[in-house]
Amino acid sequence: MTLELTVGPLLYWWPRAATVSFYADVAESPASTVVLGEVVCSRRNEFRTEDWLDLARDLARAGKRVVLATQALVMSESELRTLRRLAEQDEFAVEAGDASAVRLLARHHAVHPARQPFWLGPHVNIYSRAALAEYAALGAGRWIAPVELALDAVQCVNPPEARVGGPAGELTTEVFGFGRLPLAFSARCFTARHHRLAKDVCEFRCRDDADGLLLSSAEGQPFLALNGIQTQSAALHCLLGQAHLLRECGVSSVRLSPCSEDFGAVLRLFDAVYNRGVPAADARAELAALRLPGVPVDGFAHGRAGMTLREEMLR
Amino acid sequence: MGETNGAPQLVCPAGSLRALQMAIDAGADAVYLGLKDATNARNFAGLNFDDTQVREGVRYAHARGRAVLMALNTYADARDPGPWLHAVDHAADVGADALIVADAAVLAYARDRHPDLRLHLSVQASATTYEAIEFYRERYGVQRAVLPRVLTLAQVQQLIRHTRVEIEVFGFGSLCVMVEGRCALSSYVTGQSPNTAGVCSPPSAVRWEDTAAGVEARLSGVLIDRYAPGEARGYPTLCKGRFEVGGERDYAIEEPASLNTLAILPQLLEAGIKAIKIEGRQRSPSYVAEVTRVWRAAIDQAASGSRYSVQPAWTAQLSRWAEGQQHTLGAYDRPWR
Repeated sequence: MTLELTVGPLLYWWPRAATVSFYADVAESPASTVVLGEVVCSRRNEFRTEDWLDLARDLARAGKRVVLATQALVMSESELRTLRRLAEQDEFAVEAGDASAVRLLARHHAVHPARQPFWLGPHVNIYSRAALAEYAALGAGRWIAPVELALDAVQCVNPPEARVGGPAGELTTEVFGFGRLPLAFSARCFTARHHRLAKDVCEFRCRDDADGLLLSSAEGQPFLALNGIQTQSAALHCLLGQAHLLRECGVSSVRLSPCSEDFGAVLRLFDAVYNRGVPAADARAELAALRLPGVPVDGFAHGRAGMTLREEMLR
Repeated sequence: MGETNGAPQLVCPAGSLRALQMAIDAGADAVYLGLKDATNARNFAGLNFDDTQVREGVRYAHARGRAVLMALNTYADARDPGPWLHAVDHAADVGADALIVADAAVLAYARDRHPDLRLHLSVQASATTYEAIEFYRERYGVQRAVLPRVLTLAQVQQLIRHTRVEIEVFGFGSLCVMVEGRCALSSYVTGQSPNTAGVCSPPSAVRWEDTAAGVEARLSGVLIDRYAPGEARGYPTLCKGRFEVGGERDYAIEEPASLNTLAILPQLLEAGIKAIKIEGRQRSPSYVAEVTRVWRAAIDQAASGSRYSVQPAWTAQLSRWAEGQQHTLGAYDRPWR
């Protein structure tokens, strides 16, 4: 069984040219699916909804399945307007970032049952089978597990031999498999706070940090990354060597979160190991030589602290 | 649910039977409590209620016309959701006035099995818009929602205009700077999070060390803070530690401070909030009693129609109990916007 690769939403604010060039590379990559949209901060305006839709059409023409993601933390009326615009279009499937999106997408699905099923993003809190069944009943087609959920629990939620079903059929499972982990959201912008700026006059300083702003412990241990209102891990969650376990737990696609350098090479390595029989040990050595923003960790997958790395990965 | 003259209900924390009784004696309209397991978001050793204590607590409250709300606000474990479902049955059995729930699985069970049991949407459900709150009303019949501590006053007002679900906001207590229910920082470091285990930065992962450089507080080995001799020490909640960003060592995420909304209480009342929650089931009965008394007085004054002003004595009393002795208006304040 193929493990599909999904390119997750771009979590940083890059200059327009960098974003365009990044997705031109993604169009040529082994990823089958691309999730697009601004999910972190509505103040970021380098790419607006219409720009994302244009980019979505380009990627669809290049043969990718495109899904539009909604913001994880919705607070204002203008953010709700953007959300409605996404929920009401019929060109692309939508990934719900929160319960507001779930309500709008479920309502749209009830009126237009033939439309594409919506996806349940990683910040919709689904931790059990009964919870997934609740959302499946509304027309969801895919579940992206919360990042902290261990793979054995993922298997209990949506086991391969008895998948949760709904009006859109059986749900597929996707897990976060590569990148700095989106760990928390706040109303407060920590990037602006670091620069002693209020959020509404932030000078868009998050543009300076292509992979987030590194936060280290007082003894220099890289710990977290500040990305506006989002807090990420400094280390990279990496399930490169877990293809067998992922399949066993019913995972059919793995999400790779964009980083600023060598992301194309990361996609090729994951595809080589997951679907082309390349030994994980060889790929890990290649991965270690890439210009990536952090070291690998995988604790969440194994029910441990997320910042830990399971021992056999080191060998 | 016990509110009078349009004044919001004062909802106070009860980590123990003693705290429950003191909260009610000090003027709480309702208390909230949890069971002794991972089904609630303050799953600490020595805290919370067993069956006998819950029944005694409900008796004590009901005899005085007050309400008991049961917090069942973590997410059911996929491997064994049993304890969460049993807790719903338990709440109905002991006569709790409402259940505070975050998980769709638990909400669905309560709706289907106990249709007369009143449901409140927990802050851990991260519902920050009226669309989100209406989702939970339509699907599960929730009658009240507790707002995450992230909205501005204007956003709270706008939200209340668009839903008929009662709105509860936090008035005082430790401030989660992250959106509740949306934070995996603790599990990243310790393997245990509010959503899954009902804990944040759990004591079992904390280590204090005396070193030449000062007293160090570590969480699973990560240095969260280092205190100079004589410097006041706080609990090493990981988002409130001092870290290095861009060469500066500082409280890089949030300073230790408590949320205190006494200053904007009249505006909150005018916006139409129906309940004010005091945080702190993990705090002592004395904290609960004293904070409850201050808020009882403040709400009574704000709801009386006479001119409201924050009494210096209230601020002084609350300061004793605030983290780092600091107060903040949190998301209601300018730098957050």
